Amino acid sequence: MTLPFAMIAVVTLSSAVAAMSLRNLVHCALCLVGTFGGLAALFLQLDAQFAGLAQVLVYVGAVAILIVFAILLTRGAEPAQQPIVAGSWFIGVAVAALTFGSLVVTVITSSAITSPAGPKPDVAADVTVKNIGARLMTDYVLPLEVVALLLTAALIGAVIIAMPNEAPDSKLKAESSKLKKSTNF
Amino acid sequence: MLDLCDQIFVLLKHWMLGWPIWPESVKPLVSILLSIVPIMLVFAGLFAIMTVLERKGLGRIQNRYGPNRVGPYGFLQFAADGIKALTKEDVVPRAADKVIHFLAPLVLIVPVFLAYSVLPFGRNMVPMDIDAGVLFFFAVGAATELAVFMAGWSSRNKYSLLGAMRAIAQMVSYEVPLIVSTITVVMMVGSLSTVKIVEAQADYSGQWPQWHLFTPWGFAGFVLFLIAAMAESNRSPFDLPEGESEIVAGYFLEYSGFKFALFFLAEYLGMFAVSGMAVTLFLGGWTAPLAFLSWLPSWLWFFAKLMALIFLFIWARGTVPRMRMDQLMNFAWKFMLPMALINILAAGLWHFLPAGMGRWMACSAVIGIPYILLGRGLVGGKQFAKRTYRFAE
Amino acid sequence: MLGEGIIKGLAETARNFVGSYVDEDRLTTVQYPEERLPAQEAARNFPFLLFDGNDPHAGLRCVACQICERECPPQCIYIEKSKDKKPDYVGKPQFYPAVFDIDISVCMSCQICVEVCPFEAIKMDTEFELSNTDRFGGLLLDKHQLAKSNEYYHKIHPTEAAGVDSRLAADKAKVEAKARADAEAKARAAAAKATALPTLKAAPAPEA
Repeated sequence: MTLPFAMIAVVTLSSAVAAMSLRNLVHCALCLVGTFGGLAALFLQLDAQFAGLAQVLVYVGAVAILIVFAILLTRGAEPAQQPIVAGSWFIGVAVAALTFGSLVVTVITSSAITSPAGPKPDVAADVTVKNIGARLMTDYVLPLEVVALLLTAALIGAVIIAMPNEAPDSKLKAESSKLKKSTNF
Repeated sequence: MLDLCDQIFVLLKHWMLGWPIWPESVKPLVSILLSIVPIMLVFAGLFAIMTVLERKGLGRIQNRYGPNRVGPYGFLQFAADGIKALTKEDVVPRAADKVIHFLAPLVLIVPVFLAYSVLPFGRNMVPMDIDAGVLFFFAVGAATELAVFMAGWSSRNKYSLLGAMRAIAQMVSYEVPLIVSTITVVMMVGSLSTVKIVEAQADYSGQWPQWHLFTPWGFAGFVLFLIAAMAESNRSPFDLPEGESEIVAGYFLEYSGFKFALFFLAEYLGMFAVSGMAVTLFLGGWTAPLAFLSWLPSWLWFFAKLMALIFLFIWARGTVPRMRMDQLMNFAWKFMLPMALINILAAGLWHFLPAGMGRWMACSAVIGIPYILLGRGLVGGKQFAKRTYRFAE
Repeated sequence: MLGEGIIKGLAETARNFVGSYVDEDRLTTVQYPEERLPAQEAARNFPFLLFDGNDPHAGLRCVACQICERECPPQCIYIEKSKDKKPDYVGKPQFYPAVFDIDISVCMSCQICVEVCPFEAIKMDTEFELSNTDRFGGLLLDKHQLAKSNEYYHKIHPTEAAGVDSRLAADKAKVEAKARADAEAKARAAAAKATALPTLKAAPAPEA
């Protein structure tokens, strides 16, 4: 438990707690960004450069923006009218405790902690981007292709949702949809 | 002697680190500070000079003088602008979200300064030589978009929110061609480290340098990277989010005084950072353009190339009118992304074909034909005829 | 082809940029306080009073007829006639203005006062650097500030001044010719009277 790890862990945990408990939804989203940043810092502290930087690039650069856009385009930006804590909070706490307990048990009984030699000291030297790329293309090529397929499906789905509905007959409808398309921002 | 000139900053840093006044525990911190502080000062100074150069350059392009009253030929204009920005009243709207309104300029500036830590300014002059340098650069570049949103949303102003959303849409769309056009370079060099990328371009065939610019895929990649870089830093002709109607300045509408100056600082520093990356990836970093000129210090060449790219940015700003939002998005998704992907194909072809005229023709064809076809598709088959007026002649 | 227009545009702006250092036509800025554009002849700003010769009082052409004061649309001219007379350019004694004020914050430069003046005494000036820190008194020009010489008028409106001078000279010549003709006629009449036969005078009246 070194000092950098402690500091990063405190920042991450406090951002996560703030993301759950703040009133204003955009503030919650920004604290979530802090959590992502904390996680990236943890990855970088363990010398996992690719994972940490990819975390920043994907989560902070894209997922956070997606979250704020979703908050903006729906009505979540206004402060909450009803109390945030829902009526069935007891079930929620039970499910969260169960998940947390199973994660703790898995981590503690895993080989990384219980093996006598501790984690291998020269692992960091192997984890270069080149090696990650090579392993992705040889050992893990099937998950890579499945992810690519999933992304393509998501992209096509987004395009289909965003496309305006073409009425099959009247020319007027086609004209109005063309106008709508050209005035999109 | 020439070696001394070249390595003068490195030697200076080692000498200052060796002073007996630092206790051993503070030495890493001092080393970090000695790397960071000169970079911040140099680039802040470059920002100041660039504001004047840009105004004078734009003026000359538009047949007028630029500012020429403050200082010799107007070169102290940045001091006057700085004093003005510092002494203006800092107005925060009453309904604004104060914490986010305050934090937005900071969240914008910090990642931009972070991006300088992987640029090789000269031989052995990288602040941070990490294995995934290019990835680091783009990761912190992506973090700046959040600050734009924070600025736009916290002002509680529909215009700034709209401007912020447009800005984010533009930045996200142009990030894709930006990153995909660097994939070709990373592919050909085989490493994400900026130091290795520059070293891969450090050979000379005769007098001619081996920069990536002088290959078909490198040239296409360079042009794509530069256009995407202009769009990423919200620079004309892509400055719709900020200059749309200068009366309603988009996402930094509600900012005044020093915070406004911080936004400008962040924009220009972002421009320098991405130009520096373009110099590193395509223009050979700190290597000299001709072999007999390599006696000049390496950092001099880096900054000369950086200033050349800055001049190109200023030139493009003075030439091209602003693009409309839908034109901008169409250009990114329907032209630049396909061209960037085809560029990857061309780079792969270049790698596997034997050296000589054959691979030049093949790669140029692979890039050129889709360029012409996509260009025609983008324009939509419309021809611009000479405008005639029914009643005016 | 895509990009052709941009390349042409970049070439054009590069030509502008380089040309602005070498070519006169590509940098037409006149840096105002140090350099000025030459004034046009037909420019006009606010009126001024003309005097001939060197003495602003003796040579003042204005005879205080007050026509301009009546014709001025915003009524910015204020004239007070003098009690005594002084000779004008042909020598005839005329009144002169004791007070002649123009309020240039009101004057709209319509030139009507110039058009109606029968004595070519008020003309339009071209001076525009008239800023003052006093908004009211500083912009009320009196006779001494308004009186400017005929040489000045020649400098700012050469052709107009030449025309005015020739007309005044013609008038003066006509007046002098008339005066000479009158004098000659009188002299002839006097001479004729002196040499006439004194017939009527000689016969004494008969006494009754």
